Amino acid sequence: MIPLTAPFTEEKMRSLRVGDAVAISGVLFTGRDAVHKYLHEGGALPAGVTLLDGIIYHCGPVVLKDEKGDWKVTAAGPTTSIREEPYQGQIIRQFGLRGVIGKGGMGERTLQACKENGCVYLHAIGGAAQVLADCVTRVLNVYFLEEFGSPEAIWVLEVKDFPSVVTMDSHGRSLHQEVFAHSQAELAKHL
Amino acid sequence: MNALLDSLVEIIRRTSAEIPDDVQRAILAGLEAEKKGTIAESAMKIIERNITLAKQKSQPICQDTGSVLFHVNAPVGFDQMMFEETARQAVTRATVSGYLRQNSVNSLTGVNDGTNVGPGAPSIHFHQHREPHLEIRLILKGGGCENVGAQYSLPNEKLKANRDLDGCRRVILDAVLQAQGKGCGPGILGVCIGGDRATGYEFSKHQFLRFIEDRNPQPELDALEQDILKTANELGIGPMGFGGKTTLLGVKIGAVNRVPASFFVSVSYMCWAYRRQGVRLGSGGEIAQWLY
Ligand code: SF4
Repeated sequence: MIPLTAPFTEEKMRSLRVGDAVAISGVLFTGRDAVHKYLHEGGALPAGVTLLDGIIYHCGPVVLKDEKGDWKVTAAGPTTSIREEPYQGQIIRQFGLRGVIGKGGMGERTLQACKENGCVYLHAIGGAAQVLADCVTRVLNVYFLEEFGSPEAIWVLEVKDFPSVVTMDSHGRSLHQEVFAHSQAELAKHL
Repeated sequence: MNALLDSLVEIIRRTSAEIPDDVQRAILAGLEAEKKGTIAESAMKIIERNITLAKQKSQPICQDTGSVLFHVNAPVGFDQMMFEETARQAVTRATVSGYLRQNSVNSLTGVNDGTNVGPGAPSIHFHQHREPHLEIRLILKGGGCENVGAQYSLPNEKLKANRDLDGCRRVILDAVLQAQGKGCGPGILGVCIGGDRATGYEFSKHQFLRFIEDRNPQPELDALEQDILKTANELGIGPMGFGGKTTLLGVKIGAVNRVPASFFVSVSYMCWAYRRQGVRLGSGGEIAQWLY
């Protein structure tokens, strides 16, 4: 696995190619449906938060408070990304995102935004809630907890060696498109 | 009936945290089949590690703890209403304990009251049997894989699928192609040929109660199951749709009668996080035997 360590510069992200397995260390911002819709509609980020050179993670984690009152992530698998396709491209451009983590892949508009902005789509292992929760070393902050509820809030997570695979790179390639085309051609031979 | 309540909570806990042995064997075989050093192999390794971790921690394998589907075989004269009430209590308790995520949303208001209990939740299917004991099976069916299920009405001109077994084969393979890795593959298909739209899907899910390694007693369905499994694994979709050899872990097909005017093929997709357990209860409501 290729270590991918903060800061997530454009140069680093552009060096990644479809099929690269990476271990991410640094800070991730969770964001799913509510956050994407809010930002797309012109909502402002909370004071002190910047997504510039940041990575957003499509995830609604299960977070509990431990005995000491600290947040503890107990499950943190990815959710289906394609639901954010109407919003993602604009958010990548507007906020200078360098990475999007999720599952299932995204569409043409996101791929185009990745190309223009030096951003990549990283596929986490769907369902691997426990392995991925173990990669979260600290919860740094949470925003919009009241407004959007826990799964939809922005959780700021410090992660170490978070495993994922580049399935859409900043050079216009999408593993999802390639595997679909290949499997469709294979299937035609078997009918 | 406190023993029944305790048993039900334990069934839910174990279903959520522990993959049944037959599924684990299939996942290990999938891991073996993948080429070393590929991203498909690395995905299968993470899946395998996740299964071990969840069991150790007694925590949900996947955070989407899914729709809660009970299948109950009960003796004649069994009080089903009492069972339903106890099952609702067990689901509430399992949710408080964190074995189930707060996962049930009112479809009209969007409100999630955090109990996992409401209209249609949990879902319970009762069958009578001429045995003195109670048999309870539980499936936790995730949403991501449920979304890639599909129902086809034959004939389907676009897929050149006629009302015969070859037509069934064509639409089932189309479902695999369309699903790619989006249902958290490698997956398991439950298929029903025939029925109406509702019972078709219902019987397709019944197939998930079968063991992965079992063989269909009906020769033509057995042949179709083996053929689809083999063909699907030659398409190169692979774990998570990363490309690779393990697209499906199993295919289970049943057939029920239809009316002459309809011919449905209903395909349910189960993700690798195939959470299904079952028990036989003793006369006091205690767990006497695990079934998987
Ligand atoms: S499809 Fe299955 S493994 Fe994937 S997120 Fe849903 S429940 Fe979990």
